[in-house]
Amino acid sequence: MALLELQGISKNFGAIQALDNVDLRLDPGEVLGLMGDNGAGKSTLVKIMAGNFPPSGGEIRLADEAVHFHKPVEAREKGIEVVYQDLALCDNLTAAANVFLGREIKLRFGPLKILDYKRMYDRAGQLFAELKSETRPRDLVKQMSGGQRQAVAIARTRLRDCKIILMDEPTAAISVRQVAEVLDLIRRLRDQGIAIILISHRMPDVFAVADRVSVLRRGRKVADKTTKESSPEEVTGLITGAIQSA
Amino acid sequence: MTDTTQNAAGAMDERLRQVSIWKKLLNRPELGAVAGTVLVFVFFGLVAANSGMFSSKGIITFLEVSAQLGILAVFASLLMIAGEFDLSVGSMIGFAGVAIAIPAAVWGVPIWLAIIFAFVLAVLVGYVNGLIVVRSGLPSFIVTLAGLFILRGLTIGLTREITGRTQVSGLKQLSEGDPIAWLFAGDWFGFLFANNPTVNGIPASIFWWLALTALATWVLLRTPFGNWIFASGGDKLAARNVGVPVNSVKILLFIGTACAATLFAAIQVLDAGSADTNRGLLKEFEAIIAVVIGGTLLTGGYGSAIGAAFGALIFGTVQMGIFFTGVNTDWFKVFVGVMMLIAVLFNNYVRKKVTEAR
Repeated sequence: MALLELQGISKNFGAIQALDNVDLRLDPGEVLGLMGDNGAGKSTLVKIMAGNFPPSGGEIRLADEAVHFHKPVEAREKGIEVVYQDLALCDNLTAAANVFLGREIKLRFGPLKILDYKRMYDRAGQLFAELKSETRPRDLVKQMSGGQRQAVAIARTRLRDCKIILMDEPTAAISVRQVAEVLDLIRRLRDQGIAIILISHRMPDVFAVADRVSVLRRGRKVADKTTKESSPEEVTGLITGAIQSA
Repeated sequence: MTDTTQNAAGAMDERLRQVSIWKKLLNRPELGAVAGTVLVFVFFGLVAANSGMFSSKGIITFLEVSAQLGILAVFASLLMIAGEFDLSVGSMIGFAGVAIAIPAAVWGVPIWLAIIFAFVLAVLVGYVNGLIVVRSGLPSFIVTLAGLFILRGLTIGLTREITGRTQVSGLKQLSEGDPIAWLFAGDWFGFLFANNPTVNGIPASIFWWLALTALATWVLLRTPFGNWIFASGGDKLAARNVGVPVNSVKILLFIGTACAATLFAAIQVLDAGSADTNRGLLKEFEAIIAVVIGGTLLTGGYGSAIGAAFGALIFGTVQMGIFFTGVNTDWFKVFVGVMMLIAVLFNNYVRKKVTEAR
């Protein structure tokens, strides 16, 4: 049984058809590489799965049950976490505040609830340590490197037990060493049984961690095969259109 | 391996610099306003020492002026931190004033009920302002500028329609014996000034100012809602993506500024015993000036309610101080303008310091 299944998903923005009848399937504990050129519809597909906007047509099924997301929170409640391309971080807040934004740890005094900074700093520090990141919980995100920002965004997803993590270009803007760290992290998440959709431009990253790869071109899915049966050359051809489909 | 772990914990990283206390202070948004307050008091302490400005009566006078502005400024600062303005608060003061006065003086409604009625209207106005801003995505500057004209026009139009004039008076007698009027216009702790015939007590507005500043600061720094205010002003898209109800936060804060204007109106109307359709003129800008002097960035995401309270204190002290020193009060506005410019330049400098990688 598929963990997540998209059936015939389409999305129009006015006259532009960003997605045309896309099927996608994600099994438990699987890393799926989602590839495509700029404008192929990767980010649109992610945003539909994350509940940022509904599809114009088609159905999303979670564990064989049709779901309709109207807000990102609803997707999150169903166990889908997202690391956005623009990282969804507030520059003016600390790393810890960003990790806990929207689900702050609170102390209760009767009817009053106040922020428990100490526990949030401690827990955030713990998460960063698990990620082997040098990010410090009290630093403002504004002052951070791309890799540290990535760590903050990924730490967010680890707060709750989720089933699926969607990662939109997690290795796009970070140092070589931290790319390796992020890939390690993806493997570790997979070993814990979390299914991951990795959206990326970077061929070596996808082939390093993904079990399967799906390729989008101009809003259509043109290929879906295991990485063992494919090759970077073939996928490049599929992305550019040199190979029509596979 | 141990190396990375220690780095991750942040304890042993040799690249970390000690951040000086001065730098840390500079990171506090209210620093400029506190320093400005000290300067203003030193200045008037020297210039107006013998003018009666620092007698009990004088102190209460400038504190009362500061307090009334401060009530507006504290709520304006919350809204500005969330990335929005409310230019309609001045007109809302006039509107709320007649919304209290007309039912009470013309229709014979008890004062307490009239005040509740005015607050209900304020919630409505704030809700509509907020809803239009978050739904249309238009700058709140434009939406509330429209509100400024609409509310002022409604105030003048309706008051003249109903009473034939632009002032409603006679509320002094009506508020006597009212169960809640003392909350707004009373002088408290009068017994402290038993020996001083010029002072009846400490005006209620001063307590409102202090209590609301404390409340706003607590909300900003200690509650999830405060976190959401900063997040909404910092990056509303990011905040929304992670589940912060950005629209609700902003609408609530617009309701807050409208209610602050209504509190201001209730205090003034009950204090003066009359409402005037021109009340609150330019208060929206005075509130913004106080907020900006208080270190809040116009772009949102950074600021402080305590700073806004100090900004209002500077504003009120200078306004009354110039009066006490006998300088022509025409010069007051020049002073305010220059002060605001200095505050903005200072904040700009601070922002660069805060933003640059340390």
